[in-house]
Amino acid sequence: MSSVPADVHLPAPETVLNEHSIHEIEEWMSRYPEDRKQSAVLAALSIAQHQNQGWLSTELMDAVAAKLDMPPIAVYEVASFYSMFETRPVGRHCVAICTNISCMLMGSDTIVDHVENKYGIKLGDSTEDGRIYLKVEEECLAACAGGPMMQVDHVYHTQLTPEKVDEILDALD
Amino acid sequence: MSDDTIQITVDGTPLTAKRGQMLIEVTDAAGIDVPRFCYHKKLSVAANCRMCLVEVEKAPKPLPACATPCMPDMVVHTDSRVARDAQKGTMEFLLINHPLDCPICDQGGECELQDVAMGYGNGASQYTEGKRVVFDKYIGPLIATEMTRCIHCTRCVRFGEEIAGIRELGATGRGENVRIGTYIEKSVVSEVSGNVIDICPVGALTARPSRFTARAWELSQQPGVSPHDSVGSNIFIHMDGSTVNRVVPRDNESINEVWIADRDRFSYQGLTSAERVTAPMIRVDGELQATDWSTALSAAAAKLKSDSLGVLTSANNTLEELYLSQKLGRALGSNNVDHRLGQADFSAEDAAPVMPWLGMGLNDLETLDAALLIGSNIRKDQPIAALRLRKSALKGASISFINPRHFPLHFDAAENIATRFDRMVTELYAVAKAAGADVSAMQDVPSIESEERHQRIADALQNGERAAVFLGNISVQHPDYAQLQFLANALAKATGATLAMLPERANTAGAWLAGAVPHRGAGGKAVQGNGRGLNATQMLDESLQSYLLVGVEPELDAANPAQAVKALQASNGVVAISAYLSDGLKQVADVVLPAATFTETFGTYVNATGNWQSTRGATNPPGDARPAWKIFRVLASELELDGFEYNSPEDITRELQASCGGIQLGNLTDFSSAPAFAAAREADLLRAGETPIYATDPVVRRSQPLQKSLDGKQAFATMANAVAQKLSLGDGDTVSVRQNGSAVTLPVKLDNNVPDGCVWVPTGLPETAALGELFGAIEVSKV
Repeated sequence: MSSVPADVHLPAPETVLNEHSIHEIEEWMSRYPEDRKQSAVLAALSIAQHQNQGWLSTELMDAVAAKLDMPPIAVYEVASFYSMFETRPVGRHCVAICTNISCMLMGSDTIVDHVENKYGIKLGDSTEDGRIYLKVEEECLAACAGGPMMQVDHVYHTQLTPEKVDEILDALD
Repeated sequence: MSDDTIQITVDGTPLTAKRGQMLIEVTDAAGIDVPRFCYHKKLSVAANCRMCLVEVEKAPKPLPACATPCMPDMVVHTDSRVARDAQKGTMEFLLINHPLDCPICDQGGECELQDVAMGYGNGASQYTEGKRVVFDKYIGPLIATEMTRCIHCTRCVRFGEEIAGIRELGATGRGENVRIGTYIEKSVVSEVSGNVIDICPVGALTARPSRFTARAWELSQQPGVSPHDSVGSNIFIHMDGSTVNRVVPRDNESINEVWIADRDRFSYQGLTSAERVTAPMIRVDGELQATDWSTALSAAAAKLKSDSLGVLTSANNTLEELYLSQKLGRALGSNNVDHRLGQADFSAEDAAPVMPWLGMGLNDLETLDAALLIGSNIRKDQPIAALRLRKSALKGASISFINPRHFPLHFDAAENIATRFDRMVTELYAVAKAAGADVSAMQDVPSIESEERHQRIADALQNGERAAVFLGNISVQHPDYAQLQFLANALAKATGATLAMLPERANTAGAWLAGAVPHRGAGGKAVQGNGRGLNATQMLDESLQSYLLVGVEPELDAANPAQAVKALQASNGVVAISAYLSDGLKQVADVVLPAATFTETFGTYVNATGNWQSTRGATNPPGDARPAWKIFRVLASELELDGFEYNSPEDITRELQASCGGIQLGNLTDFSSAPAFAAAREADLLRAGETPIYATDPVVRRSQPLQKSLDGKQAFATMANAVAQKLSLGDGDTVSVRQNGSAVTLPVKLDNNVPDGCVWVPTGLPETAALGELFGAIEVSKV
């Protein structure tokens, strides 16, 4: 059965998601049985977030809900649970410094302090020009051998020093 | 003893259980107390609060009783050291983030957390860190939120998903940041949303209208019956001194289980409306003025002694009021008695059963295999019955609709036919034909071919072991009711399905039994004296000399409000027995006798299953208002009529009961003459509509919280995009809606659920009260 409450009016997915996103989401949907469309929700949210400079608006989540025939609240639950989804506007480059135990032992606090001072913002904030978003990384990023490390827009950088961090971040557009 | 039955031992007591039954069900049945928050007998098992941990021998650690299936020879300790420690540990963690605001919390005194904390909590907390704070979002006028108090049991989330069929609340965030809510600011729109207030074990979700008004232990309670729909949900009326503070459900497994609709719960807010009549009134120099009872009664008696009297009595009245309405009318020599104010087509009234009823128990709605609902918005008209029907749908029943528009459903319909109202007969005919029903007696039938969808409905009804054909509220208001009745009858006969009638109002079944119809007396017996009287529409078609209106608001209840008000105005003998003075009554009434409402009088309600439920008054009527049965008694004595000298209202019930002995209930009837086919109407634009959920009766109409909720906002001219385009209208435009020379202004709402050629304009609303019949030609233009 359709699980979308009949009283809820959702946007047509095409009006919110671009053609590329729709295509990608449909590709993911094709991997699951017809009545298990919601299995594609993580992938769909990821695609939708990518379309929107790294964050999910309510409208985008509603479009995903409509596309996958899910109640919007179920999509909000998923989006708000996983730390890789942002549900508020953030800077266009996502900088996530690992602060888990191995990186912490290798001096990640210094790296965090350096970056916070460099931009005058705290973890969780974005720079005013919308360039850098300092993500609060909750999980170990599984590169303990290279700590301290950070992930910048899906790319891992290991064995960080303040100088190396400057070099990497300054090179961003 | 079947193989399924096993023996277990709990706290040294041997107990019998079913294999696989959850342990908590067995301990609950045995009266062994196991603390719990997330477990609720009507909801799925979540096992997330961990409060019900018990020790099971041979298990390495404590197990949650709510999610532990019983196994043979299991030995359980609910009160051992291990169990106690586990429960105390859970309690300590649950209290970490719970605020200590019990003194200002509405749940205080009836709080599951408070109770369990008394038994399992520590006197002091070891927790010294900051507590979590959650900012509230507004989720509508009915439910107040204080989400800092939430302990994440997810009962409300599961209720929405599993019972109400609307997933509106959810658990967003993660870990310590989990919040229960709607995520975005939005009103919860379920018609049964108030139940989350009862199932919330803490004070996170409380009733907004009664917020901060009383402490639970100061309230006294009295059992009652909800008088708003034909389910007859059982309620408790909670009183703070002499006023109703709130209404909560009273468990009755065979009627409302443990739920009530928001309408049942919050209608009481209308009891104290400024429109209550607290003193008798008579018209002096064109104005209604308060007076004393004896003046008003003699004025009323003078008006009622006339050559042509019409008695219109609301099917929301008590059985006793309905019975006395017709008894008084008939004692005055008039068979012009009717409760069917909203009905437009009376041509099949002789074929009507003694009383319209469900033809089955309410619990049978849960086990249907197939159903066809004709002209029914059951979700809003009989919300609790709809929850039961939904259970059938979830089990895979094929449930279909033939309606004048698509209504939002909380389950998937097999076939959901929404057509112009004047084509509903055609659709039903096609289903009947597909089922091979004998409809040959119907004249003037055009060529109608059954299509696949009709065949699928017919097959489902035929193949279903337990199948039913329902006639809903909209059918009763439909101008082709006779045709719909005839075809539904034929269809039910052909398929072996039960013909189920959903009585329109709380006491529609009772009104038939009480004889509040022009062609039958009490107990459904043929009328005596000067033959059949006029029906409600005939009474209002041309003005009679005098009218007695009992609990009626003509401009909101009548099938044709404009005509009703006109006819009543032309008569100068309108006596109203009413709890409220509506705008319409203000215009037409010459004498108003103030009556008690449902919480203020003894009364019986006959529900859809023919169950007579009596309740006593819980509070006193305001001012000089009196229970209507007493008003009838003194009015009859003023009129020098015999037979009204009742000492107690139960005498009236007994008198009627005596007339109702030996009644055979059954909805299937033989039509002595079949109605001719109803052709499609020829009009550019047609009005269709319904009586919306919060416009059904005088009390509900005045409950501000209900009126402010989304379901209460219904005064729109709703039309499909195609219709709006043709009329060059957009969403939110203001339009003039004209019908038979009267006009109202309404905002436009675009909704493709309304079929082409139609504008959906509901009745029962002050905004549409000046219009005419609910189904008919209409003109709409931009202003």
